[in-house]
Amino acid sequence: MTDHKQDDVTGIETTGHSWDGIEELNTPLPRWWLWTLYLTIIWGIGYSVAYPAWPMISGATSGLLGWSTRANVAQDIDAHAQKNAQLVTDLLGTDMEALPQDADLNRYAIARGGAVFRANCSQCHGSGAAGAKGYPNLLDDDWLWGGAMADIEYTVRHGIRNEQDADARYSQMPAFGAILGKDDIAAVVEHVISLSSSDFDAALAETGAEVFADNCSACHGDAGQGDRSQGAPNIGDAIWLYGSDRQALTQTVTKARFGVMPPWGGRLEEADIRAVSAYVHSLGGGE
Amino acid sequence: MTQTSPPSLYAPREPVFPRRVDGFFRRFKWGIMAVTLGIYYLTPWLRWDRGPNLPDQAVLIDLAHRRFYFFWIEIWPHEFYFVAGLLIMAGLGLFLFTSALGRVWCGYACPQTVWTDLFILVERWIEGDRNARVRLHHAGWGVHKLRLRVTKWVLWLGIAVATGGAWVFYFTDAPQLARDLVTLDAAPVAYMTIAILTATTFLLGGFMREQVCIYMCPWPRIQAAMMDPDTITVAYRDWRGEPRGKGNLRKRERAAAQRAQDQIAAAWPGAARYGPTPYPDRGRAALPPVPRADTQGDCIDCMACVNVCPVGIDIRNGQQMECITCALCIDACDDVMAKIGKPRGLIDYLALSDETAERAGQPPKPLWRHILRPRTLLYTAAWALIGVALVYALFIRSAIELTVSPVRNPTYVTLSDGAVRNIYDVRLRNKQGRDATVQIGITSDSALTVTLEGQGNAGATVVLPANQTILQRVYVTAAPQTEASTADMTQLRLWVEDTGTGDRASKATSFNGKDR
Repeated sequence: MTDHKQDDVTGIETTGHSWDGIEELNTPLPRWWLWTLYLTIIWGIGYSVAYPAWPMISGATSGLLGWSTRANVAQDIDAHAQKNAQLVTDLLGTDMEALPQDADLNRYAIARGGAVFRANCSQCHGSGAAGAKGYPNLLDDDWLWGGAMADIEYTVRHGIRNEQDADARYSQMPAFGAILGKDDIAAVVEHVISLSSSDFDAALAETGAEVFADNCSACHGDAGQGDRSQGAPNIGDAIWLYGSDRQALTQTVTKARFGVMPPWGGRLEEADIRAVSAYVHSLGGGE
Repeated sequence: MTQTSPPSLYAPREPVFPRRVDGFFRRFKWGIMAVTLGIYYLTPWLRWDRGPNLPDQAVLIDLAHRRFYFFWIEIWPHEFYFVAGLLIMAGLGLFLFTSALGRVWCGYACPQTVWTDLFILVERWIEGDRNARVRLHHAGWGVHKLRLRVTKWVLWLGIAVATGGAWVFYFTDAPQLARDLVTLDAAPVAYMTIAILTATTFLLGGFMREQVCIYMCPWPRIQAAMMDPDTITVAYRDWRGEPRGKGNLRKRERAAAQRAQDQIAAAWPGAARYGPTPYPDRGRAALPPVPRADTQGDCIDCMACVNVCPVGIDIRNGQQMECITCALCIDACDDVMAKIGKPRGLIDYLALSDETAERAGQPPKPLWRHILRPRTLLYTAAWALIGVALVYALFIRSAIELTVSPVRNPTYVTLSDGAVRNIYDVRLRNKQGRDATVQIGITSDSALTVTLEGQGNAGATVVLPANQTILQRVYVTAAPQTEASTADMTQLRLWVEDTGTGDRASKATSFNGKDR
């Protein structure tokens, strides 16, 4: 039992606690405060009956109201889907080339496409779409198969050099290691370097130009400008998917490259394919 | 040591029956009540023409569209610092008034005080003044009591519904919402808000009253740190009033004092709970003796000050945590002093620091010396500084705004001709009620070109829809082998200009080259 002392000034009993000489008065609480406390206890019991509360062995009690955060989220998603239903219908019906003219629909398509991209495409192309070695950068103005809206949409839908889709974009560079000798390969590499750089061996490049004309220009063009109809890259510009130094180029010529992209038609919803095409088109290189 | 039996842990509420009083402060409080309630109930109905695309309600908190309209001012969510600034000013203003004039906020302007005052007015109108109400309180439940009580509650409920109803009008178009409320077409949240505010107004104004101030509000506890001996507050001139009572003989003093205590205890059973608060630096016993020839104080112990008190305390016990300084006891006491032919001001607005001088018969310090002190001047300066800064910020803000977030994934993009491009996500805001065509450009020491997504090299103008924010992807390009394309970082400033009005806004940012 604490020592109940009386405060000299007020005549009220103290709790017996003292901090630095200051004592606490034992002033009674108002009665309604007590009722409020009881009310919160009753409320708490009611709440735990109505809502999920008590932990059991394989989960918590579900509550009489059947409320759950999961159902709430599903409801939210449904509400948003309902809100966007008209936009989705419009997106499915629109001519993709004309999409950028419809500001609202375009904004919706790009936002939706961004989400699709981050979930499905960023694993290879990077979350910022900057690509990596062997995976094209989608921000620049250089396209292997074309950068118009329709080209991008086709690539997304059917993919590149895959076996799943018969309509996939397809082409194959021969491995020149079995066709040309080492000297010829070194010469043609020097020629390719001469197309975009000033640091090369002029005599060797001269020889390489002949090798190039005989073996490469059919696909890559006389001046190395490439051919989008068969995915042959422009080798005269500043963008290199597999590297631009002599070693990387020698490897490319000797063993060839075979970049594959899966088809997304059938895996993504039609609206998602259109949206992600619009998104990629909006990143800076769209034509 | 005397062992006392432990008292009850819980005390029932002691009902308070404030008596009607008239006087300067009462009339002043009626005026403040009329003004504050008038502002509260009528403001949502004021109209303000902002043009065709914007609401015409003068004061509107549009949560759905994230806008706050206040007459000619429109605040967007990113300008919330205006609201923060106003809150800081309100806080500093409260410090200022409390350090100068004590709890004037509590006594005059606090919604709890104003609505309680209104509820007591209704109560007095229906059930009569103090004595009638005390009788009614003790009377058994009969037809008479039931009729008065129900009438009073219905009127209170009417006020409470109007209070909750006025609140929701601040959040959407008032006339439209009023129609919807009547036809039951309004959003459920509107009805719920009205119901909650009706309940709190009815309960806090009708039944909780002083309990809110004493037990629920933190301000009475904080104010002790805001007040000092120079603060003007409602107090009792005990040097003039004591010994209270009708007798004038020294030998009867003790008996009179005891009788007074007994009377207090009888008239007001809870009075013992509100003992006097001791002065911080000296006990009451240490006060010098009253230097008076006769031994009778001016206080005739009529209990008028106690009877009018809305929180049910005796101001003669000294300053108390419960006192909201409503000043009604001043009016009550002045009335009595006039009747018995004594000067007014036995209970008055006083500063504790004047007590010694007054006790010695000296005049107190003039009012302005209590109010103009370094502390209050400092509060005023801080308050004014924030106010001026807010007004300045309000006038320099542009109708067109932008924020720039440079895309750093990747830091730069190489184009096929070897040029280097940086990408910026630019958020453009048009805070006007009409569409605006804006030009986007850059200022930099280096040769950089700007293009916009979707426009190629066609131009750099964008149409901003009225009252909206849009996101525009902006490309800044450095030609191959230029300084900016090879350097690590180049500073630049992105600007937008309204081609119609010439309004301009800009943000500094940087350009990344290849040397990283």
